[in-house]
Amino acid sequence: MSLPDDYLEYPWRQYGNDHNRYDWSMLTDRPQVRWPNGKRLAVWVNVSVEFYPLNQRGIPFKVPNGMTMPYPDLRHYSLRDYGNRVGIFRFLKAFERYNITPTYALNGQVAERYPSLMRRLADTGAELLAHGWNMDHLHYGGQDKTEETEQIKRTLDTLRKHSGQSIEGWLSPAKNQSDNTPDLLTAEGIRYCCDWVNDDMPYRFRTDHGDLMMMPLPTELEDQFIIGNNLHSEDSWVQQVKDAFDFLMEESATQGGRMLGLNIHPWMMGQPHRIGCLEEVLEYITGHEAVWQAGSGEILSAFQAQAGSGSEGPL
Amino acid sequence: MMESLNAYDYYAYENRPKIRWPNDARVAFWVAPNIEFYELNPPPNPSRKAWPQPNPAVPGYSLRDWGNRVGHKRQMDLLEKYGIRGSVSLSVALCDHHPEIIAACKERDWEFFSHGIYNTRYTYNMSEEQERAMIRDSIETIHRHTGQKCAGYLAPALSHSEHTLDLFAEVGSELFGDDAGFYTCDLFHDDQPTPVHVRSGKRFMSMPYSLEMNDTIVYAVNKVEPRHYLNMLKRHFDRLYEEGAESGTVMCIPTHNYQISSPHRIKAFEEALEYITGHSDVWVATGREIAEHYLANGYDDARDAIAHQNGGQR
Repeated sequence: MSLPDDYLEYPWRQYGNDHNRYDWSMLTDRPQVRWPNGKRLAVWVNVSVEFYPLNQRGIPFKVPNGMTMPYPDLRHYSLRDYGNRVGIFRFLKAFERYNITPTYALNGQVAERYPSLMRRLADTGAELLAHGWNMDHLHYGGQDKTEETEQIKRTLDTLRKHSGQSIEGWLSPAKNQSDNTPDLLTAEGIRYCCDWVNDDMPYRFRTDHGDLMMMPLPTELEDQFIIGNNLHSEDSWVQQVKDAFDFLMEESATQGGRMLGLNIHPWMMGQPHRIGCLEEVLEYITGHEAVWQAGSGEILSAFQAQAGSGSEGPL
Repeated sequence: MMESLNAYDYYAYENRPKIRWPNDARVAFWVAPNIEFYELNPPPNPSRKAWPQPNPAVPGYSLRDWGNRVGHKRQMDLLEKYGIRGSVSLSVALCDHHPEIIAACKERDWEFFSHGIYNTRYTYNMSEEQERAMIRDSIETIHRHTGQKCAGYLAPALSHSEHTLDLFAEVGSELFGDDAGFYTCDLFHDDQPTPVHVRSGKRFMSMPYSLEMNDTIVYAVNKVEPRHYLNMLKRHFDRLYEEGAESGTVMCIPTHNYQISSPHRIKAFEEALEYITGHSDVWVATGREIAEHYLANGYDDARDAIAHQNGGQR
């Protein structure tokens, strides 16, 4: 038994990356970033507002947190839907109490199914991001390009029409992409994307229609990942967020402004026994004087406005 | 296959009309012991395996049998100590297998509701007629053995069809009119009761039966430590108690005698019961009592508010 000869050929073996989407750059080699008013740590809280269809197709894979039982899986359908009708309102109260300006990443279908919820969120003045059509419409390698184009257009058209917002940010369901996704996003006027988890700061990503900015939203700090996937307790999630916050804050003292992206889900942290843990995190974050709490679009603008941040050229 | 069963309407958890429990309680609290029978040699269902091993699945079977032989009595005594009458989610074949348990629960005026025949017989792939017959059998069995007209349903092993709720409502009406078949525990979308659509148009509702507080989900699925389960139960209660000042909420602890009653876990459960029942504005009730109160006092307001929220459309 043997492999074909080209298995030992390495066409992209070169300095930097094995692709041309962005340039290789270590975080510590870049110019230091300064946030407005001398703040050191920008904290972005994103709420993913999701619709998990009961008739999940699972193409090309079953989305994490989706249906797991034979059809009709009312158990997981209704547990996720809980977030949209109950959990999200506990979030809204907590944000008001701690004066948080979050962003909301909405599945396009949420705007269609629950227009009053979308209006309620938009009326807070928060920025809305697109989060794909629904949690069973993944973007994936090998996906038909026409189909993906339609999926992205439908999502953005729906959200833009119903919200009146320009919708400049994108978060793919399960952060999954095809080779075409970044190009299709910029073609539809998307300015930044939150799918790639390869940096702690924004960076520039090349597409066929100009550059896309990539915003850091670490999966490994998400509630659904720590509590749902890793089965750590909600108290451990609090500790992990605080530790990340403290570390980045400390690093910012010598390395310039840092940011922390925190992605949360109302069906997870909006449960009665978990909401107190979210409140504890929000209290901790807002209790520090060197924090700049803002939405992703605003943080990105501050980043891009700086000469020398590297944002004017490829990083 | 449907994207959603549309069993309930969107209903935002703010600005809802106030739910008022008896004596202005903030939280209606109920405990739902699942008293289940799992078969040693269940027939196969094409959609779901009953056991991870080939029959006989001794580890899983014997643990559940332990629940009935040992655990049940411990849990029953504990609930009695804190003045709680259980609302039993019953594998009704247990009436035939272990009538002593049924008699003991009946003697304590506990409620029985249907959890199917066996927890190893799934709804998947049943014809509508078969599912109807299974539900009918379960309601009739409960009536025959306890004299109760079954009010609630939790599908066996949470296995559903598109018509499960419709069928339960219909069979309940056929047998006992509006006295049976009016609440479901199969939906986990809310912390308050909500109206549910069934095709007959019957007044039908969902009863909060928190899966997040369900001992089997907590222990077997989420791998939580017993003492942390106690924290979770207290926090869950605290928040619903706080919010219940605005509009009445429901807290349910769904239990399984083979989980909650084991010697290393029962202490955590007891402390939770002591904590919850130690609060003044708690209505300790059964599923049926909560459902009847809601249908008489909250259901119509909710229907109106939902119609209003959704712009007059269902």
